[in-house]
Amino acid sequence: MRKFLFIILLNFFLINNSHALIEIDITRGNLDPLPIAVSPLHVDIKSENYNDMDIKELGGDIADIIEKNFRATGLFNPLKKEAFVQKPDIAHLKPRFEDWRLIKAQALVTGKLLIKDEKLKIEFRLWDLAAAKEMTALAFTTTPSNWRRVAHIISDKIYERLTGEEGYFDTRIIYVSEKGPKNQRVKKLAIMDQDGANTKYLTLGNELVLTPRFNPTNQMVTYMSYFRNMPRVYLLDIETGTQEVVGNFPGMTFAPRFSPNGKKIVMSFAKDGNSDIFTMNLETRVVERITDHSSIDTSPSFSPDGKFIAFNSDRSGLQQIYVMRSDGTGVKRITFGNGIYGTPVWSPRGDLIAFTKMRKGKFYIGVMRTDGTGERLLTENFYQEAPSWSPNGRVIVFYRETKAGSRGEGFTAKLWSIDITGYNERQLKTETDASDPSWSSLLSK
Amino acid sequence: MIRSLIYSLTFHSIMILLTILSLPFMLREPIDLPPIVSVELIQITDKTSIPFAPKARKIIEEKKKKEEKRLVSEQAPPAAKAKEKPDRIPLPNEKKEEKKMVKKKQNPEEIKPEIRQSSEFEKKDVIDTNQIAALIDKAKEEEAIKQKKNDKITQSSRKDSFATGLTLSQEDALRAQIFGCWSVPLGLPYDEDLLVRIKLNLKKDGTIMKSEILDHQRMNTPGQKFYKVLAESALRAVRLCQPLKVPPTGYDKWKEIQLNFNPTEMLRG
Repeated sequence: MRKFLFIILLNFFLINNSHALIEIDITRGNLDPLPIAVSPLHVDIKSENYNDMDIKELGGDIADIIEKNFRATGLFNPLKKEAFVQKPDIAHLKPRFEDWRLIKAQALVTGKLLIKDEKLKIEFRLWDLAAAKEMTALAFTTTPSNWRRVAHIISDKIYERLTGEEGYFDTRIIYVSEKGPKNQRVKKLAIMDQDGANTKYLTLGNELVLTPRFNPTNQMVTYMSYFRNMPRVYLLDIETGTQEVVGNFPGMTFAPRFSPNGKKIVMSFAKDGNSDIFTMNLETRVVERITDHSSIDTSPSFSPDGKFIAFNSDRSGLQQIYVMRSDGTGVKRITFGNGIYGTPVWSPRGDLIAFTKMRKGKFYIGVMRTDGTGERLLTENFYQEAPSWSPNGRVIVFYRETKAGSRGEGFTAKLWSIDITGYNERQLKTETDASDPSWSSLLSK
Repeated sequence: MIRSLIYSLTFHSIMILLTILSLPFMLREPIDLPPIVSVELIQITDKTSIPFAPKARKIIEEKKKKEEKRLVSEQAPPAAKAKEKPDRIPLPNEKKEEKKMVKKKQNPEEIKPEIRQSSEFEKKDVIDTNQIAALIDKAKEEEAIKQKKNDKITQSSRKDSFATGLTLSQEDALRAQIFGCWSVPLGLPYDEDLLVRIKLNLKKDGTIMKSEILDHQRMNTPGQKFYKVLAESALRAVRLCQPLKVPPTGYDKWKEIQLNFNPTEMLRG
């Protein structure tokens, strides 16, 4: 009998509960950049001098790089240091969360560094100020001259923890550096960190270089160079500086690009006014024909799983983007919009294809889903081309030519980056004019 | 004796079962249905007219003038129009037409009712996130039309929560408040199932006593880092929003409340 009563009572409670809970769907939020405070790293007093580095300023310099990286994403809003409420060393031990919340920060980065025995030891912590807890903490040891890279790696770790996707700060961009008037342009291969620092020139500028592309798995680059007016495809190892010719191909070769595993290159050969797509195995050097069509097929790009290739072709009249299996079967046209489409590049995330579109005398950089739906044009200008993805598939870098003088004489070519949302268009600082950028994968991977 | 006891028990339990099964349905219908319609109408007109009041007034005045003109024409010898509307008492159909006209002149293509609603509660910071795609795409407007369709879906989905203890305006106030606090992590993939359900226990002043993520186990599952990021951002939003804008009365109804954070629509673009 008691049991029975108990069950009845329980039932009543259940009824009450099922009625009490209010559910509200939150389907939108604000897109304001996340306010984040990057406290200068505390420099341990036991630190020893290293070469001619200014150790006292090192903590602040690292914090500055992290801040700059974050600001460039457009997703974070680093707060001004003048407003900071705690000294770096105390904040690193335990921040006074209420005080940091007062300056509207939602996340806080603290850290400290020590140089001893010619080793740089850096640790950092990321704090969730609303929840008053530590989100992540890591320590690195390296040679002190690597401090810029450590700043980038820290930025990557924080970015990953706060957004859920990999960062792209510890990366490099290779591009063609250009100097001189248009008919006598000197083109060199150049490489820099993604933030524009550490520019190095890899070729002397005697030969014309074109379309450098990073291997997605390591620091190898493939590019085209005209040697004695013969276009050839080269491989260059950036770490060692060794360079080799992949092969002398009959006719013209265009736009070599690596497969996702880095073991093949895909490119197009032009012969007798017809151009088709071929792959070459870098180990066996076996060349395989992928398309065989009387039209001009160029700009091939592998999908990140290696199963598909996107390319552009004029087989339907105007140049459009097509997708096929990597063995050349199942060719499917994916763009049907007005205008001419070119340079498809598959996102490393696999969900989008970036492209250049020409319409009514204007050039657009855009993205679309891999089946051609959801086309979004991110940016418009008189001349811009060659999109390349950041390794996390979040940002696109491309180059844009603009009239240089106030009267429209001359022109400059510069690298620009844009977020796939279409926001945050920025010019990347380069020492010279620049074109044909290609973004590397993460160096620390 | 025992038999009667058994009868009594069985019938009683049947009665209890019936009440358990029927009580919720019986409760919901008579109480909640009538206010739904009226509240919704008042809501939209009230809020939409506030920020656009000067414009709306002009339009209404123009409308009135037109009507006056029509009255004059009505006095004229019988025409086909007059026959259609023998008296000037506005019919419900006519009213609707008027509203439509007003809305058209307010340029509804760009400003959707939902945004207008939220604009009352936090006038500054609400960005029309559903239209990001349309903003991005500088050449096409098809996306915008698609987005509008999506909007309709969200409005219908909100109807599910009518059966709760908050009125539409109270719910809207709360929703708008959290919209403002929630910095959506924009790196999330749009094609994944990302729904974070947070159960809150509130104090009477709207501060949070306890917050609990309902699918907590997903937080630490490998390969679910996007879920974790989203859940953390949702928790941050709720904490930053404290005290929540809760109604002054009916604490028992809203002391426990569940928030479903779903950014898919925003991210899809």
